[in-house]
Amino acid sequence: MSALSSRDWGNLALCAIALAIAACLPWTAGAYGLSIGVTIAMYTVLATSWALFSGPTHYISLASAAFFGVGTYVTGIGIQYLPYWTLLPIAGVSGAVMAALVGLATLRLSGVYFVIFTLGLAEFVRQIITWSQNISGTKGIYVLTSIGEMHIYWQLLGLAALVWLLGWLIGRSRLGFALRIIGDDEAVARHSGIDTARAKILLFMVPGAVAAITGAMLAPRYVYIEPSLAFSPMLSFQVVIMALLGGTGRLWGPLVGVIPFTFLWEAISVSFPNQTTLLLGVCFLVIVYLLPKGFVGLIDLAARRMRSAEGYV
Amino acid sequence: MKRRTFTRLAALALAAGVAGTPAMAQEVLKVGAVAPKTGPLAGGAAVSYWPNVKLWISDVNGRGGLKVGGKTYKLEAIEYDDQTNPGETIKAVQRLVDQDKAKIVLPPYSTGLNLAAAPIYARYGLPMITSTATTDKADALSAQFPNVFITLGGAKPVVQGVVDTMVKLRDRGDIGKKLAMVNVADAFGIELMNEAKPAFKKAGFDLVYETSYPLGTQDLSPVMKAAKAAAPDAFIAWSYPPDTFALTEQAIVEDLKVGAFFTAVATAFPAYAGRFRTGVEGVLGIGGVNADGEAFKAYAKRHEEVTGAKPDYWASAMVYSSFQVLEKSIEAVGSFDNAAIIKHIKANSFDTVIGPIKFDEHNNNPSFWTVGQWQGGVFKGVASTGRAGAVDVKKKAAWK
Repeated sequence: MSALSSRDWGNLALCAIALAIAACLPWTAGAYGLSIGVTIAMYTVLATSWALFSGPTHYISLASAAFFGVGTYVTGIGIQYLPYWTLLPIAGVSGAVMAALVGLATLRLSGVYFVIFTLGLAEFVRQIITWSQNISGTKGIYVLTSIGEMHIYWQLLGLAALVWLLGWLIGRSRLGFALRIIGDDEAVARHSGIDTARAKILLFMVPGAVAAITGAMLAPRYVYIEPSLAFSPMLSFQVVIMALLGGTGRLWGPLVGVIPFTFLWEAISVSFPNQTTLLLGVCFLVIVYLLPKGFVGLIDLAARRMRSAEGYV
Repeated sequence: MKRRTFTRLAALALAAGVAGTPAMAQEVLKVGAVAPKTGPLAGGAAVSYWPNVKLWISDVNGRGGLKVGGKTYKLEAIEYDDQTNPGETIKAVQRLVDQDKAKIVLPPYSTGLNLAAAPIYARYGLPMITSTATTDKADALSAQFPNVFITLGGAKPVVQGVVDTMVKLRDRGDIGKKLAMVNVADAFGIELMNEAKPAFKKAGFDLVYETSYPLGTQDLSPVMKAAKAAAPDAFIAWSYPPDTFALTEQAIVEDLKVGAFFTAVATAFPAYAGRFRTGVEGVLGIGGVNADGEAFKAYAKRHEEVTGAKPDYWASAMVYSSFQVLEKSIEAVGSFDNAAIIKHIKANSFDTVIGPIKFDEHNNNPSFWTVGQWQGGVFKGVASTGRAGAVDVKKKAAWK
């Protein structure tokens, strides 16, 4: 890993300032603004961690809901016995272990097989939890705490900062380099002596752990947890579409997808409460057809045009 | 602009102004409602929840509007779809209060979504008279959220109602003591089964067949075949809407001969009788109403006139009644002071379409219907925790 240049330090400082400004939201926005803030922070964390793995490797994972649900259940069950703060690392470890197991079983598969498996995973875990409820005879779980929206928002911001830092470090490490090669051509990577399976599993543990921690943080907001609410497959799809809208090529890419998408989604829910799903589908189509590389691609294209217009290229 | 056009426009504006005057004298009051229009619970909300929002607003406006402290307000609904997603429910409630400035926010739909929204209602101090949430934890909830009221009861009283009904049939000699009992392996189904097993054992019944099946099981014929092979005297299913229909269908196909046939959620839906016609005669289900009472009859008639659909015989009337409690409390208090409204709800008894509602010290409505039975094309209440108008339970006749 090379030493940090002055530009890196500048970027780090800028990020810290941006985060500090974002952290002031609970005082500047009303309750409604804050709830949008929680939504944006939540999807930023999920989409960024998703893009850390799926960006370089091009493996589309639909497992976010599975990890998220496991996290909510860690809080739901654990809150009766343990202090809240210990639950977040427990959720992270459970998510990472689960991701490692799934990775061991499936990351040797590629393409559509992996997508299908991850989609099935959320349903699979949900059925296991339902089955164990049926055996034990307990219904939904109540999470009655004094944790409010703003606490959840700050926790999510902190987690987002960690994810960005981690992504930045991975990008500078041997692992990040190996993953970029895998993404370009897996056969070449193998022939260059890279343990491709190991690299992929290691990286897949990141979104697993992060999504589980996110779920654990949001459980107090839901108050009442049952499998159908915790393992909603919609979550996985929204994470993917937001990350793709932003673009996975840059660390900040998902963020520029999450923010406009959240406001778009809000506008649709407010103006057309009876046609939300229909319009969401239309938006998906438009994004895929018109913005295949997301906003990041659009920004890069604009930057290239500008440079060529000025005669630099 | 041509002179003639101008004159016409002026006349039009004048006409509009004159026509608009009576409406202008009344202020419009925004009423917020959040419930599923899409997602897994959209079907249930379309039967029990949304028509009642429409009916209640039409009823209040029909009698002139909501009278609050000397002013009369016309009600106007703002409806949001939460997509059966608790995060969306929370956001929509905040949007209603912060952005839309809704003075009244009706409770959401279903146990999970109501509980997820409870902290937000509590933070705004909004009265939240839930009508579609079932819980046995009313005391813990009201301690944490003093603005939350429970009207639809919990699993324990429902099971007790079913056990009492079966004991009555057995003591009359209509059924023996052999019982087949199945449940859907999901939230409410699990809770009910768990309560029911020891309760029936205690009442002296023999469980000759029991099983559970996953939510969304398409083919329930193996369940019904196995149940029939055990030759039970009574069949009980703690089921959800899709499997309530599927199990009844299979019971008819297999010609299950029992003296009592009970399915849970959705048995009280008008669509259930619409599907099985005369076959429903004698089928027992969760819920019920005082179907012969004038209050319910008048309500059902208005419901059909205004919304074009029949109400169901369980949650529908309760949903409407919870709106009535809110309406009466706001008018009695004479302002939109939520703390005073909540105090009024706690302290008083309310006359509603389901009968009188008086909350106990845990904000829980202790009297609700637990078991109903299809008799002569109407689903009538046969057991309740203190509601008037229960009819005598009958032995299940043959399917055809």
